[in-house]
Amino acid sequence: MNILIMVIFVVLAAFTLAAGVMVVTVKNIIHAALWLIASFFSVAAMYLLMEAEFIAIVQVLVYVGAISILVLFAIMLTRHVTGEGVRQLYKRWWIALIVAAALFGVLIVPTVFNYEWAVQPSGAQISIASTVEIGTAFMREYLLPFEVASVLLLVALIGAIVIAFEERSTRRRVLTLAEEVEQRRQRNESLRLAPTTHASETSE
Amino acid sequence: MLAHYAFIGVFFIAAASFPILPLIGAYFLRPSRPTEVKLDTYECGLEAIGDIWVQFKVQYYLYALAFVVFDIEVVFLYPWAVAFNQLGLFALVEMAIFLFILIGGLVYAWRKGALEWV
Repeated sequence: MNILIMVIFVVLAAFTLAAGVMVVTVKNIIHAALWLIASFFSVAAMYLLMEAEFIAIVQVLVYVGAISILVLFAIMLTRHVTGEGVRQLYKRWWIALIVAAALFGVLIVPTVFNYEWAVQPSGAQISIASTVEIGTAFMREYLLPFEVASVLLLVALIGAIVIAFEERSTRRRVLTLAEEVEQRRQRNESLRLAPTTHASETSE
Repeated sequence: MLAHYAFIGVFFIAAASFPILPLIGAYFLRPSRPTEVKLDTYECGLEAIGDIWVQFKVQYYLYALAFVVFDIEVVFLYPWAVAFNQLGLFALVEMAIFLFILIGGLVYAWRKGALEWV
């Protein structure tokens, strides 16, 4: 049984890494997003292998279900970025390489030297993976992080709306989206009437 | 416990091989005589016009983002609900505060009209 779990682990780990490599190497950015979803999925399977059921389901719900949708919509919102013919390597790639290698080293060096990881903060032998334990931990030890999480989610929601319609933040009255679209239309029309921008508008 | 989830693994492999095996079989059996018409994009028998790359409305993104936020909120609700019997009134109040903060965000989105489809 242990051998079987080991084999499954190696297959999953190999697939996760391969999918990760595909994310950064494929030319088409939509394909990169799909490979990212594949790697999220195999990470969920990895959690299941560690008998962390709840976290595995959350991984599928949040990352595979929600975050990937967000990533795909963000790509589709941008205009003409299929990634074809775009240089994939950033100019200062070596800085990213150093940071990534350092982060990886922080994990791998203690593992290689058989460092004893502090698994439980209180030394209790509860399995944190079980849903009941997570629920009670939220209400007792991790109460403050739990409440802060709701503030974080609030900031994310409000921030996204402000960024999506940044013109509104300068006004005192809250405009509805319909009014905002109408204002944008009017501004675009006034731009179109100007002779200098006319050429670029039609050529697009 | 893992043995129960092995069924999911078996189903996953079966489901993945369901489309892949016929495609591999077809690859070896089919004749390959591509012509320009055969390789053309098929769009209901009509000639494809324009680019497939269209810009989405920003509304899709806002909806997706609101979905993510409330999805994560529900994720927090699950373990709370499972452990509810052991926790008592304090947990109820805490969850009420948690939800109240997030409802603030929903009210903001509503007032901005971000939930209206234009």
